[in-house]
Amino acid sequence: MIPEALKNELKARVAAAVTNREAAVDVMKRLQAHYGWLTDEGVHESAEILGMTTLQVEELATFYEMIYRRPVGRRVIHVCDSISCWAMGGESLMAHMAGHLGIGVGETTSDGVFTLLPCCCLGNCGEAPTMMIGDTLYGRLDSARAGQLLEEERAAVMGEMEGGR
Amino acid sequence: MEQVLFRHNRPGRCVTISEYRAGGGFLPLEKALREMSPDQVQQRVIDSGLRGRGGAGFPTGKKWSFVPRDLPGPRWLICNCDEMEPGTYKDRVLLEANPYLLVEGMILACYALGVEHSFIFIRRGYETAATNLARAIAEARGAGLLGENILASGFSCDIDVHLSAGRYICGEETALMNALEGRRANPRAKPPFPAIKGLWGGATVVNNVESLANIPFIIAEGADRFRSLARIPEASGMKLFCVSGHVRSPGCHELPLGIPLSEIIDDACGGMREGSSFKACLPGGASTPYFTPEHLSVPMDFDAVARAGSRLGTGGVVVFDQNTCMVRATLNLVRFYARESCGWCTPCREGLPYVVRLLEEIEAGRGSLEQVALLQEHVRLLNHAFCALAPGAMGPVDGLLRHFEEEVVEHVIRGRCPFN
Ligand SMILES: Cc1cc2nc3c(=O)[nH]c(=O)nc-3n(C[C@H](O)[C@H](O)[C@H](O)COP(=O)(O)O)c2cc1C
Ligand code: SF4
Ligand code: FES
Repeated sequence: MIPEALKNELKARVAAAVTNREAAVDVMKRLQAHYGWLTDEGVHESAEILGMTTLQVEELATFYEMIYRRPVGRRVIHVCDSISCWAMGGESLMAHMAGHLGIGVGETTSDGVFTLLPCCCLGNCGEAPTMMIGDTLYGRLDSARAGQLLEEERAAVMGEMEGGR
Repeated sequence: MEQVLFRHNRPGRCVTISEYRAGGGFLPLEKALREMSPDQVQQRVIDSGLRGRGGAGFPTGKKWSFVPRDLPGPRWLICNCDEMEPGTYKDRVLLEANPYLLVEGMILACYALGVEHSFIFIRRGYETAATNLARAIAEARGAGLLGENILASGFSCDIDVHLSAGRYICGEETALMNALEGRRANPRAKPPFPAIKGLWGGATVVNNVESLANIPFIIAEGADRFRSLARIPEASGMKLFCVSGHVRSPGCHELPLGIPLSEIIDDACGGMREGSSFKACLPGGASTPYFTPEHLSVPMDFDAVARAGSRLGTGGVVVFDQNTCMVRATLNLVRFYARESCGWCTPCREGLPYVVRLLEEIEAGRGSLEQVALLQEHVRLLNHAFCALAPGAMGPVDGLLRHFEEEVVEHVIRGRCPFN
């Protein structure tokens, strides 16, 4: 269950929209941020807040690349596999990330920290190869820099968990 | 070189509203609201020869003129900042440096079109651009440049930012309208065209970020000045070329339309990187047929690039060197489109994965000449899809077969990729 305050905030967002549905992506994203991924419960709550059926919400949720309908780690890593990154060594970056994390593409590390996913062009093609960890974009990556970023992010996540967040 | 879109830029950070205003920002808006009628604004944009920067190159003023003046009900303007076409990052660079130009351009467009409520549709991953825009919109509102009764002119309009969640098809203008309405983003049938029946059934104009950001200059400096910025007489204005791939210093540069491809690569981007020589490029994003060394002198403008057998598209130039296998590059591109297919129509949903398989077989050395012929046939067949995504996907395949047929056939004859 989401806190009453968040529910009210989202209801206000819906009320300000031209039609309820217009706010659907915003609502799904907020619930995803709350739960870590868009849970079944989150889909039900979205539907209720938006005045839509759960099927209508599901139809949207499954359409978007960055709405997760399955559990993901605390940080989702999106590695761009589009053309400019491909030309600049994107495939070896992805292989390196998988090796470093000890998981396959699409999987989550056993400590629940990282999920590794391929993604479409991140609009950072001039600094290829590129990836996004959480909301942060990184470019001009080589395996050393990528490994270092993973360590930093892992430390940050551990800090958050200890802080009880 | 004169800059239109980058003229207010500050190194390494976003310009502030006071800097933008000190540099003449929002004067075009004042001028238009004081001295010009909506029709005059529209006419000036028509006269400027501005063509859409989102990929199709449709004349912007002409698109506006399709909205009937007397149609009842609300009308809408949507700025398209979905920018997910591989190799394209110009709108991000523009908005991270200066969101005010777009805000001002949108208010001017709203004035010309009689729109009171407009949207900026922003892709996932462009959170910095979105934050800049939210700030710019709030500041403009605070300064009386946006909202009710702008600059005491009696004209009112507002801008909303809509954040998306990542899907390339949302950039197609009718799919975008569905996405904005909170529906699954499948494209809509045309006709009715958006100018008559678009967002929530109202008359709607969809324009790219860069197209709209050019409007303040056109209003301030006039149509002739804008036209004369281009390098060749048939072209008009400047263009953001965003270069990536095997050049020495990839980057996004504002250059005159009609500039030869070689100047973009050699002068703006320092030439090819160490040890690389130019083999091919996508001249305008992932959906455009390849250019080869024989095209290096082509003037980079809409019609000239089309005459040379490709499309200017988004201005995203992706450069490949001599070590690039063009079959594998094409496979990467078609895989992107197959994954991004919205699944609405059969030719695209079923056809693109089939084309991927053909290319995989050829790349793996298991291909046949019949499969090469099938590829050729699918360039034609995929024109029958419901929207422009599938024909776009076949752009690189078309280029591959026209310019690199020998390389494709070599894969078949040798039974392996010659680059392995
Ligand atoms: C699959 C697909 C994706 C598109 N993505 C974008 C995009 O991200 N940004 C954009 O401005 N136009 C995109 N377009 C083109 C739009 O449909 C439309 O032509 C454009 O936004 C109009 O603006 P303009 O006239 O200013 O260029 C896309 C088209 C297709 C078929
Ligand atoms: S061509 Fe592809 S993207 Fe366009 S409507 Fe058909 S399935 Fe959807
Ligand atoms: S192709 Fe990877 S960021 Fe554009």
